[in-house]
Amino acid sequence: MQELRDILGPTLFYYAFSPAIKIAVVVFVGVLPLISYLVLAERKILGFIQVRTGPNRVGPWGLFQPIADIMKLLVKEDVIPNKAVKWAFVLAPCLVVGPAFVIFAVIPFGPSAAQTGGGLDYFITDVNIGVLFVVALATIGVYGIIIGGWSSNSKFSLLGGLRSAAQMISYEVPQGFSLVIPLLMAGTMSLQGIVGAQLEQGRWFLFAFFPFGLIAFMIYLIAGVAESNRNPFDLPEAESELVAGFHTEYTGMRFALFFLGEYANMIVISAVAVTLFLGGWARPFPNVEALSFLDASFLPAGLVGVLWFSLKLSVFLFVYIWFRGTFPRYRFDQLMDLGWKWLIPLSLVTLFAVGLWKVLLL
Amino acid sequence: MEFLTAHGPALLFYLFAAMALGSAVLVVTMRNPMYGALSLLVSFLSVAVLFFLRNAEFVAVVQIFVYGGGIMVLFLFVIMLINLHRLHEVRMFAQSAPLGILVGVLLVALFVFSFVGVGFGPALATPENMVSVEGQAAGNSEAVAWLLYRQYLLPFEVASVFLLVAMVGAVILGRRN
Repeated sequence: MQELRDILGPTLFYYAFSPAIKIAVVVFVGVLPLISYLVLAERKILGFIQVRTGPNRVGPWGLFQPIADIMKLLVKEDVIPNKAVKWAFVLAPCLVVGPAFVIFAVIPFGPSAAQTGGGLDYFITDVNIGVLFVVALATIGVYGIIIGGWSSNSKFSLLGGLRSAAQMISYEVPQGFSLVIPLLMAGTMSLQGIVGAQLEQGRWFLFAFFPFGLIAFMIYLIAGVAESNRNPFDLPEAESELVAGFHTEYTGMRFALFFLGEYANMIVISAVAVTLFLGGWARPFPNVEALSFLDASFLPAGLVGVLWFSLKLSVFLFVYIWFRGTFPRYRFDQLMDLGWKWLIPLSLVTLFAVGLWKVLLL
Repeated sequence: MEFLTAHGPALLFYLFAAMALGSAVLVVTMRNPMYGALSLLVSFLSVAVLFFLRNAEFVAVVQIFVYGGGIMVLFLFVIMLINLHRLHEVRMFAQSAPLGILVGVLLVALFVFSFVGVGFGPALATPENMVSVEGQAAGNSEAVAWLLYRQYLLPFEVASVFLLVAMVGAVILGRRN
């Protein structure tokens, strides 16, 4: 990094790594290709689970399938139903995608300049209300689904939107509580600060305050799957009863935007789980000296951080797809039971226990 | 450019204050309850921006999270559930205009009186109006937490008990049997 700065000179170096460039890199090099290939990975893995091959026609092993899909979606006819509320119908997909992408601004993909001694922060920004920022923006995303369902002027869409609203309200609460627990352990709300605290304490928060860290993590994971409307909680778009739920009336690229939002939400939820519970960009077992070869010191420290982050992230994304391949969909009353009767009380008890532990024993 | 850096926050303040007030007016004038609810959402989010401009990032995000994410979703849920199309035919405003005017005038008088003490102008973060807690420059959330859980612990707990009572009452009213 230092050499690069010497070559470019400070001004050029600053502009080369300014937030605008970072945003462009994260969106166009990181998230968008990741999403398009996540779709392919999902179809391949689902194919494997269901003992079939999955897409294999476009390119070797179907590797160009995402490109073909995007081309198809872009040139498809864009239909707006006659009785739809037009402005809301157009606005809804953007409301799903926008907030999901804004959250990437605070995700720490790698260490800060101070931690590596280099001149580059491997994240876009670090705010002192990081976790709350993520939660607040994630809740705004549901408006896209509600407004999309309502403005389509179709019964299936309306029911999908309604279900999404109820589901979001129910699972926001345990998710919020489970996010407070890592905050208690770290003593800060900044996402970069939470990774730093895990490094300092030499443990992932998943294993801290055993078993409460683990319980909080499980609650977050379940609530996260529900918040991103994925199997087994994909009731807002349940094909077998609602045709396609809130996006029944959407076609072409608008339909694709809903999918883009869903996958971006998946990545955001996984990234937050990695950051809060699995040590973020730090290598596994940051306290064990014997494993220091995992730091791969022949590479720039920041890149190694990004690499570990991506590895942990991909584990989560695989788990998401695995869920979809193996779990049947919940019934709506089961969904509400799980949220209100199990997750919320459990998360409250866990929060209380961690607080008590911290006050009495530390 | 210089004008923007010098007056940017003030311009943003006027823009979002106008949005908050304008959408608040739309909340009561829109005939379709769905539009009304969405206007209320815009109003809430604009107020959140005003909090950001005041460097009160904790309050701003909680405003988005609680009002934008929680309460408005519930409103929309209810509005979508009980289809309110029939409301179009109902007279929207109350019959007693003199009473309404009286209350309105009183409210405006109250606002004017409270402004006279503070002075007019955009509410922005300045070094003078940053408050330190216990003599330390604390972050926003720490400051709020300190005030809530130390200085105003009793009112805070009383308020939460009130909320609990309201919740229990709503549950009892909701269960007919």
